[in-house]
Amino acid sequence: MPVTFKPEVVKEFEGIASRYPQRRAALLPALWLAQREFGFISVDAMKAVADLVGCSPAQVLETANFYTMYQKQKPGKYHLQICQTISCLLSGSEEIKKKIQEKLGIKNGETTKDGQFSYQAVECLASCHTAPCMQVNDDYHENLTPESVENLIDELKKK
Amino acid sequence: MPEFEAQLTKRFGLKDSHTLKVFLETGGYASLKKLFTKKPPEVIEEVKASGLKGRGGAGFPAGMKWSFVPQNTGKPIYLAVNADESEPGTFTDRFVLLNDPHLLIEGIICASYAINCHTAYIYVRGEFFGQIKRLNAAIEEAKNANYLGKNIQGSGFDLEVYVHRGAGAYICGEETGLLESLEGKPGKPRIKPPFPAVVGLFGCPTIINNVKTLSSVPWIIVNGAAAYMGIGTKESAGTHIFGLSGHVNQTGYWEMPFGLPMMEFIEKNGKGMKGGKLKAVIPGGSSCPVLTAEECQDLTLTYESMRDHKTMFGTGCAIIMNEHTDMVKVLKNLTHFYSHESCGQCTPCREGTAWEDRIMKKILDGEATTKELELMLEIADNMEGKTICVLSAALAMPVRSFLKKFRADFEKYCKPALVAVPEAVS
Repeated sequence: MPVTFKPEVVKEFEGIASRYPQRRAALLPALWLAQREFGFISVDAMKAVADLVGCSPAQVLETANFYTMYQKQKPGKYHLQICQTISCLLSGSEEIKKKIQEKLGIKNGETTKDGQFSYQAVECLASCHTAPCMQVNDDYHENLTPESVENLIDELKKK
Repeated sequence: MPEFEAQLTKRFGLKDSHTLKVFLETGGYASLKKLFTKKPPEVIEEVKASGLKGRGGAGFPAGMKWSFVPQNTGKPIYLAVNADESEPGTFTDRFVLLNDPHLLIEGIICASYAINCHTAYIYVRGEFFGQIKRLNAAIEEAKNANYLGKNIQGSGFDLEVYVHRGAGAYICGEETGLLESLEGKPGKPRIKPPFPAVVGLFGCPTIINNVKTLSSVPWIIVNGAAAYMGIGTKESAGTHIFGLSGHVNQTGYWEMPFGLPMMEFIEKNGKGMKGGKLKAVIPGGSSCPVLTAEECQDLTLTYESMRDHKTMFGTGCAIIMNEHTDMVKVLKNLTHFYSHESCGQCTPCREGTAWEDRIMKKILDGEATTKELELMLEIADNMEGKTICVLSAALAMPVRSFLKKFRADFEKYCKPALVAVPEAVS
């Protein structure tokens, strides 16, 4: 289903685009706007971004696919990104991953049936001294234990 | 540890340290007065003389980098700030951005004035949502108070600073990958030369500096190069924010002059080992060759000591491992990371990182022979120095050092290699 940006978002984008001497440079910000407005980057959203930025849909696809933070599928209301790189591994991220999968009944890259939670194992989140850590939407949760993750998920469920 | 004045972290812990009000009350933007009395080449000379090295990992002298910018091309000159902090084990730039965004802006003003740049972009990794908010607020405050914008503080110097949010790609911390990403493309590194100082962002001369590099500059401008040189060691001047993660009792980050012995760092700052004796240290982010406990005994936190131990200072954030660490699982973690983060444009990297990762899986599954360890080393040799950027080498170095120094760990998982039986001599 085709999607379009609201006029105020187009205006917001034009403000951002004016920071760069080339319009194409505003493609990453445009994709962020699309993700904020449409929830994720669908093929239709890519077409809308191409129109907005003035480049081809293929260029948008190429760029959107290169970056892991642009969601190509609709994530859960709470998107759990657990860091699995070295310092988190040394501090027990494997247990945290196991706990999340157990608790939510989903595997890496999946979303719960009710659309509340999605889970993704990601690479270094730069919070190595508070490992293991996880990002839920925009917020970091650090020094995780299997218990604290369980509590966190229970709290989010209540919200 | 000798007495020293904190330069990068002095406002950490102050209430509202991120605001312009607190920044000004604690000596913020004081460097500008002195800065604008100097000519730009004099600023470059000052920073050159200070011995300040790039803090992003490569340790290239900052002032020398600035001096490579040609001033006669007629094109605009750009500054790109590398705040993509993604090297596994590294976590200190995020606190500068969060606690003292104006210090970075002050550093950006100094560097921009020195290289004659009027537009700077801060490339921040996408996950740093809170940091991006703080930076944008600080830029707004600075603009309103005429520390950014037109005719800064009546100096005649103009500068605009913008935040550009990344979207999750390790390779965008590589300077030309970062430029591609700033131009709205996949962050695939560019062939050098031409170097970005000559042909960089939008085809124009561009300097790319790390957050802590730039944040170190205001102190140098205020106190002079000689004072900066007087801190740390001859080859590693100044202070740095050092980090500890992994198996120590107290993980964290500390600003200190260069030169502390690694063992003292672990004992004093880290409050000693957790869960067992020291087995290995990756001294400056996951790309650096690993060191054994023995090698760490006379290691100091300096560029030169790391070089003498055939590893790298990198980002100055050490990953500490105790005696119960399975080095095979750790290396598997790294092969996975680098194969996931390879941008895919160079064959030795795209294929090499993935191949190393497949062999590591085979080893962990108990299906490899010791012959595969030799194969891993051979692949590593074919990965280094044969690609556009150093991501490929950043895996080849750990592979070699892990296999050389912790071979017994790997052999435990391996079946013995089949040895060809020589034909019977008739």
